[in-house]
Amino acid sequence: MMSPIGDKQPVLSAIGVWKHFGGTDVLKGINLTVDEGTVTCLLGPSGSGKTTFLRCINHLEVVNRGLIYVDGELVGYRRVGSHLQELPLKDIARNRAKIGMVFQRFNLFPHLTVLENVIEAPVGVLREPRSDAIAHAQQLLRSVGLLDRSDEYPNRLSGGQQQRVAIARALAMRPKLMLFDEPTSALDPELVGEVLDVMRDLARAGMTMLVVTHEIGFAREVADSVVFMDAGLVVESGPPSEVLTNPKHPRTRAFLSKVLA
Amino acid sequence: MTGELAPFADETLPAPSIDPEALPVQALGHPLRRAAGVIVLVVFALLVVSIATNKNFDFRVVGQFLFSEVILEGVVRTLSLTIMAMTLASLLALPLALSRLSESRILQSYASAYIWIFRGTPVLVQLIFWFNLALVFPSIGLGIPGTSLSFSVATNDVMSPFVTALVGLSLNEAAYMAEIVRGGLISVDAGQTEAALALGMTERRTVRRIVLPQAMRAILPPAGNELITCLKTTALVSIISYHELLGTTQGIYSVNYRTVELLVVASFWYLACTTLINVIQHFVETRFARGFVRIVPGPSLIRRVMTGWRLRQ
Repeated sequence: MMSPIGDKQPVLSAIGVWKHFGGTDVLKGINLTVDEGTVTCLLGPSGSGKTTFLRCINHLEVVNRGLIYVDGELVGYRRVGSHLQELPLKDIARNRAKIGMVFQRFNLFPHLTVLENVIEAPVGVLREPRSDAIAHAQQLLRSVGLLDRSDEYPNRLSGGQQQRVAIARALAMRPKLMLFDEPTSALDPELVGEVLDVMRDLARAGMTMLVVTHEIGFAREVADSVVFMDAGLVVESGPPSEVLTNPKHPRTRAFLSKVLA
Repeated sequence: MTGELAPFADETLPAPSIDPEALPVQALGHPLRRAAGVIVLVVFALLVVSIATNKNFDFRVVGQFLFSEVILEGVVRTLSLTIMAMTLASLLALPLALSRLSESRILQSYASAYIWIFRGTPVLVQLIFWFNLALVFPSIGLGIPGTSLSFSVATNDVMSPFVTALVGLSLNEAAYMAEIVRGGLISVDAGQTEAALALGMTERRTVRRIVLPQAMRAILPPAGNELITCLKTTALVSIISYHELLGTTQGIYSVNYRTVELLVVASFWYLACTTLINVIQHFVETRFARGFVRIVPGPSLIRRVMTGWRLRQ
């Protein structure tokens, strides 16, 4: 997972990330790197901190200690001498613009049509000309198979279709890194496949992805690296052929035997 | 087991020879509802007769003043005062609501104190206070201490009855509108804000483009209520000698003593204005219902009247 010396820097590197809610430590020093063009799947029981860690990466949760670099830039803070200073909101927004995020509950904007959902941020944040943004959005909607639904409002779409639009919306910002937070957990079983297909295409096209998921089959097939988390710590990581087929840690073994049963 | 069940099923199932069409369903008669309907109709008829035959009530006076220039001027003053006060109140309400929702304790306290004071005292008391502002502050001015840069005017020159009414109504209404706006903002799912922030939108843009348009669905119905309340509250400013609709009618009946006839004239125009507000509200709500299912209740009376009107055209 660590890139060899002299290679280009990883898209994501997290160093000793700590996070607590009240008195509870949710993350206890997470170290993780994701190289360009690779797919990393984060597995682990619920409450292990996977989602919290994902939300720390784009500063939706404030990190209490540790550093997160995305595309070579420190997220949320700047180093001033020997301490970290929180960035102004405007700079945090600029950090986030490079990081796409797909939510468990889609979170499409219900008052905007499918096309308006996709062009809202490119036009409003990146200041792309509207016609360029529309052309890019149409290309993305075609690639997720929903170009013909461009003028519909989200409530007219199925869960799977909404999630595909949400992926297109995140891609419209031309992100350096895509975060997926259990993207298929809120879907009816027969709709899971269409979303995983889109994610598989995206991985094949070379997108750098970090995916929190319970879909072991997807992780086995698509991931370059699998990270198993438990109780706020990375327990085990490596290629899926090792971690999923031949887990070393008893916690990983116990989890996998439950999920695969 | 099947041997025991078979005769039981035979007993409960109707004989297949019965024709369902030979057994029509008869609706319940509701005799009490009909009786109540008749009683109300009789009472209403008696009321109409007693007014129509009352020698103390002169319909010609109503007709004489209903569309008279002086009354129509009062209507225009009432409407413009309402619209200006509500516009100012709404402009003040958004920052007040955002302050109450802000993470800053200072902003929270300021907004809460404002709402506490202006919602907690009668609007009539507030109006009389602004009317008598000159007793406490004989002049109003701006200046930088220690320099000669300053200007100042006499309070009574600025606080005309109209300005007093406008200030009093809008400051009071802002407190109510702020709570309505805050309710609308917190009704929008937190996931919407997160999705917008994750796309790199600033907080300001998130509120303006994502949260507020959705909050409007929750804001509009009570805001329509507030607009109607404000229109009727303008009647209070007649006591600080601003001649809106009620003040104008009072001026007339204090001379001709046709009090009830002129109150009927005023009521007609208040009803006409609130009806107009209802119609406008209906169309604005439809506009903000895009992308949401069933937010404006079914074919309303207004819609039916409007479609009928269109058909006749």
